[in-house]
Amino acid sequence: MTIRPNQEAPATWALEIEDLRKSYGSGFEALKGIDLRVQEGDFFALLGPNGAGKSTTLGIVCSLVNKSAGKVRVFGHDIDTDLAGAKLNLGVVPQEFNFNQFEKVFDIVTTQAGYYGIPLRKARASAEHYLKKLGLWDKKDTPARMLSGGMKRRLMTARALVHEPRLLILDEPTAGVDIELRRSMWTFLEEMNRNGTTIILTTHYLEEAEALCRNIAIIDHGEILRHTSKKELLNQLHVETFVLDTEQALSVAPALDGFETRLDGEGAIEVDVEKSQGLNGVFAQLDEQGIRVLSMRTKSNRLEELFLRMVEDNARETEAAQ
Amino acid sequence: MTANAILTAFLTIVIREIRRFTRIWPQTLLPPAVTMTLYFIIFGNLIGSRIGTMGGFDYMSFIVPGLIMMSVITSTYANVVSSFFSMKFQRSIEELLVSPTPNWTILAGYVVGGMARGLGIGLIVTLLSLAFTRLQIHNLPMMVLTVFLTSALFALGGFINAMLATKFDDISIVPTFVLTPLTYLGGVFYSIDLLPGFWQGVSMINPILYMVNAFRYGILGVSDVNPYVALGMILVFIVILSVVSLRMLQRGKGIRS
Repeated sequence: MTIRPNQEAPATWALEIEDLRKSYGSGFEALKGIDLRVQEGDFFALLGPNGAGKSTTLGIVCSLVNKSAGKVRVFGHDIDTDLAGAKLNLGVVPQEFNFNQFEKVFDIVTTQAGYYGIPLRKARASAEHYLKKLGLWDKKDTPARMLSGGMKRRLMTARALVHEPRLLILDEPTAGVDIELRRSMWTFLEEMNRNGTTIILTTHYLEEAEALCRNIAIIDHGEILRHTSKKELLNQLHVETFVLDTEQALSVAPALDGFETRLDGEGAIEVDVEKSQGLNGVFAQLDEQGIRVLSMRTKSNRLEELFLRMVEDNARETEAAQ
Repeated sequence: MTANAILTAFLTIVIREIRRFTRIWPQTLLPPAVTMTLYFIIFGNLIGSRIGTMGGFDYMSFIVPGLIMMSVITSTYANVVSSFFSMKFQRSIEELLVSPTPNWTILAGYVVGGMARGLGIGLIVTLLSLAFTRLQIHNLPMMVLTVFLTSALFALGGFINAMLATKFDDISIVPTFVLTPLTYLGGVFYSIDLLPGFWQGVSMINPILYMVNAFRYGILGVSDVNPYVALGMILVFIVILSVVSLRMLQRGKGIRS
């Protein structure tokens, strides 16, 4: 089932995908006719478990994978009739490192600019700008193989931006990057998006999608399960579980009127709270029982909960259909 | 892309290729220079002095054009096949595939990059040969045209080999088992007049024989075959291999899933 967000009369679509299909020689159907639209200026997440079809979809958009059927347009440029026009508007940060490990950082970025027809002087200026922005300028003469994993990922980001694309596609941009670097990457991407670059990312860190993205599509087994705004998606989450750490150790979960409670393995209270209930009732009842709460957190990332639920539902439906 | 942008992309590929083989010059430029010097000393000086003349020239003068051509052919082919396959292997070919550079520009960039190495080595070997013999030039346009077109042809051959290769073994099979025997049997060291009639006929189906002889004609003015027929053949092969290469690129053979 494909559910599309409210998409009337957009100014411009950064990406339009219609009935996109990909089958391999073995008969495996990686994409089963997906539809997807991303509006200009959006910060969009394409989520799905491993093998769901995320990288295949993005691979087709970037022309690294041949499609079997369907239409793809990047800012109106059809990849069948105006591939060069589509590519000029597109920057790609792939999941795997795909640069020459023996080349120097600066050469990799300026060479990429050359492939887009940017004259050397301008290419050098642009490479300097993005390498500085991504904290790699002091490594400009270092062979790429000498960089750390996080630096290599930032190098690929600088390379993808050197021709200043209007649409930036990032396939797992923060995989293997430490928390500090991940946060600085988020800040950088948010700034790029504020400055007008449309961003599409795939990520396994759903916290990342929740923090950054405005619209989300969930893909599984080559089909789009949901395609909607993050707000609308999160509204579907009726019950959230909160974990409360208390001052005194508890041996049994306190009974709270109207709320389901239990203790987790470390003695903290888990409370299921419906959206309509709010949290005041929980704290009031705990206060009455003399239980002092030191800290509180959600049990899991909200988007993660929804995502897992959808993927599990889809797996059950697929199994039932078989 | 505008014509200027395409030119920039083309030059970017060529410059990157030149930067690559000059960065690793002990692997790319030095070995053919050493090997050819040994050929000049052993075959030209030591053995050649006992052979006497061939085709009306002393043996050293006779083998120099063939040895220059041999180094051009092997170096051009090796450059394109190893460079393009390495890019496939490291997936850095994706840098080019996501860019708007047209396929024919990618092909032209690799061919010219390979030619730069092949012709550069040809020049080095020519300069080295001057230490052993005096080179005369009988027909400069024929000499230049032959070496340029042959180099382009083997660059295209290397490109197709790289597109089809799936492992490193695949890029050494053709140079070892096809190119080297054909070159050695292509009239580098002898005139086919020395062979019995049957083997002369067999030699005539070796395309490298035509290239070596056309080049030798440009330098010495002697050839076992009609040099103009040889030039025509090289041109036909260039057209065929260019079409094949472009079709493979278009279909993404071995580079797109």
